[in-house]
Amino acid sequence: MVHESLAATHAIVTLDVALPGVVWGWIITMNMWAKSIGTGVIFMLFYLLKKYPTEAASYRFPVTVVSVVFIHIFLLFTVIDLHQMFRFWHIFFHPHFTSAITVGAWMATLFVGLLFLLLYASFIKKDNALFDKVLLWTTVLAIPVTLYTAALMAQATARELWQMPTESAQMILAATLSGSATILIMDTFMNKLSDAAKRDMGIILAFSALSAFVLYMAELVFGPMKAEEVAAVLQYVTNGGEYQTMFWIGQVTAFIVPFVLVTLSIVNKNQNILKLAAVFAVCGLWVVKHVWLVIPQLLSMS
Amino acid sequence: MKLGFLVDLHLCMGCKGCEIACKVENEVPLSTWRLRVKYVDVGTYPDTKRTFTPLRCNHCENAPCERICPVSALHYIENGIVNIDKERCIGCAGCVMACPYGAIYIDPETQTADKCTYCAHRIASSMMPACVVACPVEANIFGDIEDPTSNISKYIMQHNGNVQVRKPEKGTNPHHYYVGGGNVTLNPLASFRAEGYSLFNKLTHLPVGGHH
Repeated sequence: MVHESLAATHAIVTLDVALPGVVWGWIITMNMWAKSIGTGVIFMLFYLLKKYPTEAASYRFPVTVVSVVFIHIFLLFTVIDLHQMFRFWHIFFHPHFTSAITVGAWMATLFVGLLFLLLYASFIKKDNALFDKVLLWTTVLAIPVTLYTAALMAQATARELWQMPTESAQMILAATLSGSATILIMDTFMNKLSDAAKRDMGIILAFSALSAFVLYMAELVFGPMKAEEVAAVLQYVTNGGEYQTMFWIGQVTAFIVPFVLVTLSIVNKNQNILKLAAVFAVCGLWVVKHVWLVIPQLLSMS
Repeated sequence: MKLGFLVDLHLCMGCKGCEIACKVENEVPLSTWRLRVKYVDVGTYPDTKRTFTPLRCNHCENAPCERICPVSALHYIENGIVNIDKERCIGCAGCVMACPYGAIYIDPETQTADKCTYCAHRIASSMMPACVVACPVEANIFGDIEDPTSNISKYIMQHNGNVQVRKPEKGTNPHHYYVGGGNVTLNPLASFRAEGYSLFNKLTHLPVGGHH
């Protein structure tokens, strides 16, 4: 990959070491994807309990279970990506708080604690008042837990493509997209939400998809004008680059198709289309995250 | 005291003596490098020249690797060196992602991050880094950049206006300088890196840390 080379200079690397392969690969993609679902469903449960308290009441326990499962998938993939996974405890006993990894690990641990408190309140004590009080703090904590990966990507200063304001917006949008989609998929089996509540979930899904798509397109068009490294990286998803097909499969599957399907569902008042949109969004999000994670790592830093 | 490095690219002849000395001194495993010399050919035949650029950790004053390390495995020591504690490292590879110079790698034997330490263990015994000792033309100049009487400070003063660092726009304030560098030698985006660019093999990518 070359960006600044002049034809007149004709500069060619003739001897150098082999480049490292992709350092953060599909394991980190799984990490980000699972975390989006794990925190996203908590955001949605909070919203549903505020707006539709009666019909959403039965979702307290199942949504908490889904969050616990996906947060543990996130934690599992976080740990197995470590080259020295049995030293994970160093984060708690030798913490370095300038690192987003450390702050994120501590917050995620607290978040898991609150999730288990929610399980206790809903399954053992069956105390909805306690559940709702804890849910408020869980929802508040879910915001930084969602955002810390963006801070980590921003701290990866070598990867110019990952900029903090944009990535933080993308993380929140990924959570609302996958959270609303997961609730819609769950409702396929539980069938407790009213049409109005499902419509709300659909609107959140469509808005998240559209916003995220606009951000990616803005990066694609305007990013190369700001920094040469961004321009070089984005060549992997444009002009026949090796990740171009995968990039567009992700954009279409995660954002364009769900947005169109939700719109059709609202216009035609057909709830079944919403479920299809939800499945597309959840699957497509993995592809989108993976491409954006991998492409900056293909560029030689030296 | 703040230790720094300067490489005079006018003098470097690409012998790779520094690379080998580093490998031997620090027992750097196969397929990884703390220090390497990159060759870039410039021009079109018959008007061509070959440039040589030794590349190592820049020991930045504002080091992204130190900031991102979750367990302080990467840390500053008093003389300004960014050192690494391999016993503490958890192998998250955050430092690999953060270093704008591609100077950090995952050691396939210890499964921890590793990089040039300016031979901190030799400096502790009042010895020069192995690469400095090995250089036959004294292209590697090492010393205290806070001491105006040191060789490196004098060299910087003598070549005022022709001393550069890699990627200054990153704001890392490297303690590693080049004299006689240019866009082709210091900017990886300014030269073509064709498939099979190595003179000796066709490898362009290696697995990270020996797994994944």
